[in-house]
Amino acid sequence: MNAPNKSGWKPHMEVADSNGESVTTTGNRALMLEESLLFEIGHAETTGVDLPEVDPKASTRLGGLERDGAIGLVGLTEPETVRHYTRLSRQNYGIDLGFFPLGSCTMKHNPRLNEKMARLPGFADVHPLQPVSTIQGALEVVNELAHWLIDLTGMNSVAMSPKAGAHGELCGILCIRAALEARGDAREVVLVPESAHGTNPATAAFANYRVENIPATPAGRVDLEALKARLGPDVAAVMITNPNTCGLFEPDFREISDAVHAAGGFVYCDGANFNAIVGKVRPGDLGVDAMHINLHKTFSTPHGGGGPGSGPVVLSEALAPFMPLPYTARTADGVVHLIEEEQADDFAREHFGGELSSFGRMTAFHGQMGMFTRALTYMLSHGADGLKQVAEDAVLNANYILRSLEDVLHAPFADSGPCMHEALFGDKDFGNGLSTLDLAKGMIDEGFHPMTVYFPLVVHGAMLVEPTETESKSSIDQFITAFRSLAERAIAGDESLKHAPYYAPRRRLDETAAARKPKLTWVPSEE
Amino acid sequence: MRYLPLTDTDRGDMLAKIGADNIDDLFVDVPEVARLDGPIRGLPMHASEMAVERHMKRLAGKNTVAGDVPFFLGAGAYRHHVPASVDTVIQRGEFLTAYTPYQPEIAQGTLQMLFEFQTQVANLYGCAVANASLYDGSTACWEAVAMATRVTKKNRAVLSGALHPHYSEVVKTMAQFTGDVIADAQPAIQAEPDMAGLTARIDEETACVVVQYPDILGRISDLSELADAAHEKGALLVAVNTEPVALGAIKSPGEMGADIVVGEGQSIGVGLQFGGPYLGLFAVRNPKHVRQMPGRLCGETVDAEGKRGFVLTLSTREQHIRREKATSNICTNSGLCALAFSVHMTLLGEKGLRELAAENHRLACLVADRLAQVPGVSLLNNAFFNEFTIMLDGKPARDVVRDLADRGVLGGVSLGRLYPGDERLQQALLVAVTETTTEDDIETLATQLEAIIKEDAQ
Repeated sequence: MNAPNKSGWKPHMEVADSNGESVTTTGNRALMLEESLLFEIGHAETTGVDLPEVDPKASTRLGGLERDGAIGLVGLTEPETVRHYTRLSRQNYGIDLGFFPLGSCTMKHNPRLNEKMARLPGFADVHPLQPVSTIQGALEVVNELAHWLIDLTGMNSVAMSPKAGAHGELCGILCIRAALEARGDAREVVLVPESAHGTNPATAAFANYRVENIPATPAGRVDLEALKARLGPDVAAVMITNPNTCGLFEPDFREISDAVHAAGGFVYCDGANFNAIVGKVRPGDLGVDAMHINLHKTFSTPHGGGGPGSGPVVLSEALAPFMPLPYTARTADGVVHLIEEEQADDFAREHFGGELSSFGRMTAFHGQMGMFTRALTYMLSHGADGLKQVAEDAVLNANYILRSLEDVLHAPFADSGPCMHEALFGDKDFGNGLSTLDLAKGMIDEGFHPMTVYFPLVVHGAMLVEPTETESKSSIDQFITAFRSLAERAIAGDESLKHAPYYAPRRRLDETAAARKPKLTWVPSEE
Repeated sequence: MRYLPLTDTDRGDMLAKIGADNIDDLFVDVPEVARLDGPIRGLPMHASEMAVERHMKRLAGKNTVAGDVPFFLGAGAYRHHVPASVDTVIQRGEFLTAYTPYQPEIAQGTLQMLFEFQTQVANLYGCAVANASLYDGSTACWEAVAMATRVTKKNRAVLSGALHPHYSEVVKTMAQFTGDVIADAQPAIQAEPDMAGLTARIDEETACVVVQYPDILGRISDLSELADAAHEKGALLVAVNTEPVALGAIKSPGEMGADIVVGEGQSIGVGLQFGGPYLGLFAVRNPKHVRQMPGRLCGETVDAEGKRGFVLTLSTREQHIRREKATSNICTNSGLCALAFSVHMTLLGEKGLRELAAENHRLACLVADRLAQVPGVSLLNNAFFNEFTIMLDGKPARDVVRDLADRGVLGGVSLGRLYPGDERLQQALLVAVTETTTEDDIETLATQLEAIIKEDAQ
């Protein structure tokens, strides 16, 4: 017979009473329920779907390649399946459950109307290769969303197919490389600030560029003079996040763009933080050549525990001819065209007065349609006025947090003016060897998801707090109270924080052991 | 506005706390040239749920819904029945509104699910280890090529002519920038894939050979000899699968010696969704290759009290740690689609997957035989799973597809759409069949096809 609960509890373990609670037989604690692995509770012969039994005598045309051995899958009936995943879900923190101020990740509320619209059969049950006459509505969604993105950013055009933010970065950098190569101008360097997301240097390196750092000023901004001094015929592009990863707007962005353009380079803006300025500032007015937009951040499509994302890239006139296939375009007769490899040259000649020199294709089919319908639903809901309010409330909430805590926590850029959508703190005043990690784990016990920690790299023990616009003042006030109390404990060197969390489904997990001897799949035990 | 909780009183109080007179004081860093004097012009103002719903429904209504008509499209995206409980599970807010599990103590739900998903994928593919998913099959295919160049320290990839053309386009596009050399080919229209020809293209400089299984024409062939030939030259075999249901009936690529197995997971749990979001599957046969894999990996460990738990691991491969030296620039995976896949696969189990595969194949055989009776139509494949190629005598398949659509039948994917400009392929039509195909659908397709061919002959 199986042990009462294989997921962690063992009969000899007396571990559940570190807070004076009693040990239970099952390892469960009321609503906190342990759950075994699927492979420990399922069986190869169990199934939760009703299908005709396999007829072993049926003739097949599988080329003699029948799969004979066991596959190694197990099944559960529907009630067991629903319970398994419901129990697992309860070990997760989500926005629906509480405040999730993960800086740079923009954990805003995911409106349920978006989900409902994405599930309309006219969007959900349509094949990407159906004849164009049968998918006019889908193409209109793509085109309408493209129109919103272009207007909101003040840019020339948009490549819709990238699958996520990092994929969009790649798209933008590849457009830049293609544009440079088209004019016979091989350049080798992409400049990236030290505070950038890790995807920026990884993307530039992938596109075969050498990555060099852009220095920052003490106020947390790009050092304009140092940047100007570095620009030259070898610099293909600068990649700058704006607002930047310290949560600050780059006031010299226009000057940066002008200088980069004067030196023959392009300006890539990492649009991960576009939610701070949507409806308020158009990146096109700042001289941006390419910017990806994370639909799952600014436009509220769900993060889903790590994706799927969607990363359309808006482009300047100089880069538009190089965008990847496929794309959609509406002609004067109102028809929406889907432009794939075959039509690209003819269409460009006829409608854009020239050949299109697309750099190629980034993905099968046309992009993240399921995310497009959600994002468009969100845009239509908010409208131009609502989106402006979105940016204003996000920035207001972050500044409120910054000014409510700067007296107790080290806030490295508090003196350089207002922040944008996120407030940045550091751990330099913590006592007794306590660090940001300890405070973050204490935050878990207080019922909040921790902020982003140790990013950006330019601040010691960085804590990046992004409240978003979808929190109420009372929710933010409660968070401030908890954060203040944790900060005071950390500064006072409260040792108990080193062992937090105490009340989560798991205590601190041994990540070193996980990496030393990786166990990445379930294998049947010997017994 | 229904998604914004702050009241005007709140806003006033908060501005006072901050010491700002008005909201624009917080946007002082925005340069003059970029300041706007109100909402962006040319876009509509906010709208009620009802109004938005009306608008979106109007757009949705302009599409032909696959489930409403006889439907036979595949070519990398398949229409399967998804059990009702899959959507119920993925709509739970704890899954839907969670982030990448950076704080494992409060993300065990996502992490355990990913560990189970990795196990399901690895076993389905006949591999040792699978990652926590990539964007989709085509990008997973490129990542496999890139990984093969890292493992072998060679940079020439040989692509089978029968690899999905979108996949080879993605690989070729990416390779332009990395300096890798890609040798591809057009598919040969014949009953059996040209494995000898593909084998002959492998040389000492080859990092990997990429082959689709079942291939773009629906053909199936043993990969064992190809694997041996690749290994002999120090190359890896990358197998690409776009229809995971097939692996409930035919041998896994891993058991035939493929080193990296990648594919599209959309068939299980995800739905058609006009092409995305889908689910990239990625697995390796040799556990030694794990540290060269792209994307997120979830691993088992223990917590401070010795309880089993799960974490993201081996992250020193990834961009947020390694920056420009990362194995890939990937940050996001396809988490919620991985959940949908895992739930559906749990409902199926080994028994259900085998039954589903058998039912797909049984119906595909019926359709193939019925269509072969239509004058002017011949079946190309000797072997197939649930998708095959028919040749239309003297008639461009694209026109037939369009005519069928006019008659309310979505009859397949013309190869001409996938390979524009290649004359030899214009008469080929790819037909996919799943458990959702009914006998009426089959009869309607056959009858309409016959009528169109006849009409054309007159």
